[in-house]
Formats: sequence, C-alpha cells, structure tokens
Amino acid sequence: MLTKRLIACFDIINDRVTKNVKFQGEPVDIAAADTLAATMYASQIDELMLCDINAGNEKRGINLNIIKKVAAHVFIPFGVGGGISGISSMFDALKSGAEKISLDSLAVRNPEIISEGAKAFGAQCIVLHIRAKKNDLMPSGYEVYTDGAKTPTNLDVITWAIKGESLGAGEICVTSIDREGTFQGYDICLMKKIESAVRTPLIACGGAGKPEHLLELFTKTQVQAAIISSMLYSPLLKENYTVKSLKQFLSENGVPMRL
Amino acid sequence: MIRIIDYKAGNAPSVMSSVRHLGFNAEYARSAQELSDATCVILPGVGSAKATMESLKAMNILTQLEKAVLKEKVLFLGVCVGMQILFEHSEEEKTEGLGWFKGRVVKFDPAKVRVPQMGWNKVKFIKNTPVPTEDVNNAHFYYVNSYHAVVDDSADLWGVSDYNGELTACVQRDNIYAIQFHAEISGEIGLKLIKNFLDTGVKIC
Repeated sequence: MLTKRLIACFDIINDRVTKNVKFQGEPVDIAAADTLAATMYASQIDELMLCDINAGNEKRGINLNIIKKVAAHVFIPFGVGGGISGISSMFDALKSGAEKISLDSLAVRNPEIISEGAKAFGAQCIVLHIRAKKNDLMPSGYEVYTDGAKTPTNLDVITWAIKGESLGAGEICVTSIDREGTFQGYDICLMKKIESAVRTPLIACGGAGKPEHLLELFTKTQVQAAIISSMLYSPLLKENYTVKSLKQFLSENGVPMRL
Repeated sequence: MIRIIDYKAGNAPSVMSSVRHLGFNAEYARSAQELSDATCVILPGVGSAKATMESLKAMNILTQLEKAVLKEKVLFLGVCVGMQILFEHSEEEKTEGLGWFKGRVVKFDPAKVRVPQMGWNKVKFIKNTPVPTEDVNNAHFYYVNSYHAVVDDSADLWGVSDYNGELTACVQRDNIYAIQFHAEISGEIGLKLIKNFLDTGVKIC
C-alpha cells in the first residue's frame, strides 16, 4: 500500500526560500533553498517542489543552478515550476536533477504542452497545477485562475482536470486560492469533486495550519499527497512543526506514512 | 568502471548523482564503445518502454550490452523502465523487450487503482542473492509506474510490494538485477540498496 506523502513547496527568489505573507507586501526571507532542502530531506520529507516564482515576470528561464544545488543534497523526488516555456526548458530542468515539471498558467494558455511533455519524458514527469477559486457561476462551483492566482480564465476546474488528465498529466496538484494563507484547512469539498472526476494521483495545496488539517484531508478524501510549507516555517503561525512530528501524528492516527 | 547508460529520455543524472554521492567512480555510456570497459552497468529509466527501446536501438548499444551482460556476466541493474524492457513484451504501445526475463509487462487497471502508482511503497525482499537486503527489507521505496511486470518464473522474483494485490518490485537472475522502484530517489534507504549492489560488484570484479 502506498503511504500518503508530505511535500514541501519552496517559493524561491534568488536562491532563497521566501514566504509570501498575505496582506503584507514583501515576501519574508526564510532560508537558502539548498540548505532548507537538505534539512527537510534529513527530516523525512517525502518530496519537494521548487517554484521559481519570479521567472515569469522577469521573462527568463528557470534557475537551473538552484535545481543542481538541491539535487546534490537530496535523494528524493523533486518537482520544479516557474520559468518553463517548452520542451527544451523542461529537458534542461530534468537534466539538472528535477524529476517532475509543474505546469500551471502555461498549460492553460497552451494545453498541448502537457501532451508534448508527457510524450517526451513520460506522464510521471508532468504535474498539472490547477489554481482554483470558488465561483458559483461555474458548473463545479470552482474556476481556474492563472498568473499566480491573479487572472480568472472562465474555465471550470473539473473540465480542466479531466482535459489535463486526458492530455497526459501524471499527477494533478490543486491549490485552493480561497484557503491559501488562511490556515483554516484544505478545501475538502474541492478535492472530493476532483477525485471523483479523474484517476490520476492528486496533491492538495492551500489552507493547512495544523496537523489535524492533514488528518482531515487524508481521512476524508483519497488525495495522496499534501503540500505543506506554512506549517513548517511560516512566521505567521504561532507554532511551526517538523516533518517528523507531523508524520508521527498522522501515523498514530492510522494514516500510512513513511517514517 | 561503473557505466550508467544515458539516453535522452532516461533519468541518468539522478542515478549518477546517487552513485557518485556514495563515493563510487562512474561514467555515462552513450555508445557501444563507452560500454566496453564496463564492470557494472546501470540502465536507468523513465518514460515509455517503446521510447526507451527505440533510444537504445538508435544508440546501437544493444549488441554490446547483451554481450557484456549475457556472455561476460557483467553485473547489471535495470531501474523502472530499465527493468520493464528486460521482459519479453510490454503492453505499453505493444513493445517487444529484450526477453532476458520470461514474462510480460501489463498496465494497472485504473478502475481499481490510481494510475500511475506514484509514491512510497513497502518492498519485501523474498529471496537471498549476493546483494544483501537485510538492512532495507520492508522499507519504503519510491515508485512511479503505470505498468508492472508479471514474471513467468517465480524463481526470478527478488522482491514484492502490494498495490491492490501483489506487485513485482524487483527481479534477479545470476548477474542481472532489476528494480521497478527508483532507489536513486528513495532517500537513505534507496542509497543503501544501491551501495549494497555496487559493493557486491566491487567484490566480484
């Protein structure tokens, strides 16, 4: 039986992990990305996701140097996102040591990139990242947003998930824009809608503030993986947690984990 | 020399990184010529069986590989798709494999399980081989696969996992070892298994 996975997602600016703190202007500096990656690896994180968050705005490719640095320290899978423009930049990222490519706005604008990526490197490489926001006018009640959750697309989240799966995405990560930064828990309703629509493995993101939120996600849905970052290092939370303590808590409550 | 076969779609860099991290000297093999000094060969793999077979054929490396592994009995490790193509046939795009192991590779049923299998699964090693596994037995290894091998000869089974039923985790016969999971990205446990494997080679060679 597969264990559930905890994934740390790093928002990276200039080789540093940062944390965007809602309603507070500039992101807060947390640590050097390779150092934090090594710490997380030692603490039994199951997977990492590195997001080069300014690559798009700065119109440059993904920072390959940081991928290489992290790859030298960690021997678990990690995905990368931001600054991916096509097959050749995917190849560069994979060659630098990444295992997965996370596609977000680019895939909405050009869905064929999913199938091209899956064909070139295998479906397991392609993570479709969907940013979802509640909108009652959508059939599923959720709309896809792009450009760092700024731009509505008039695309229904379920329609997009099904299309992404059929184009060859090997995994789908769903961020709830409404929950992100609220520490009120994952959007269970959203995840249940997605899980019944597709058969690919799912990752939930946005809203986790305490260990019980992970337990709720893993017991009420079939979602296999959760992105946690605030819980690990956000200065906004009264208490931060270690990966080990979170896994211990989940395991004691019957969730299969790699300890 | 440990040689890691590098074809464009594979994840040779991750395998290389883990082998070098363990302190072994290794180089890529991108041609038959570069395979000729191999005392140990690792065939990494991601992506599809067909693309992998086509890449290997295009590299003109297969004759040399079979000479080394089947005739000269050079220690060999196949990983993921690098294991799947060792079987006779894969359902994936109806691909003929190398046939080093009797059996075929079939797809998981998406009606029963999420496909691909992605994540950490326990591996139970069920037979003794020259590669020790006591320190990694029943630990979790990282899998990413939509297809899995069904062996004809159960004597080839080296280890199993459970994914809605028994799953071929790894196979072994003589000098040929192959793992469906990705030891190179399975944390310290994965590194341990690779070390156990490479140490065996050092003893033999």
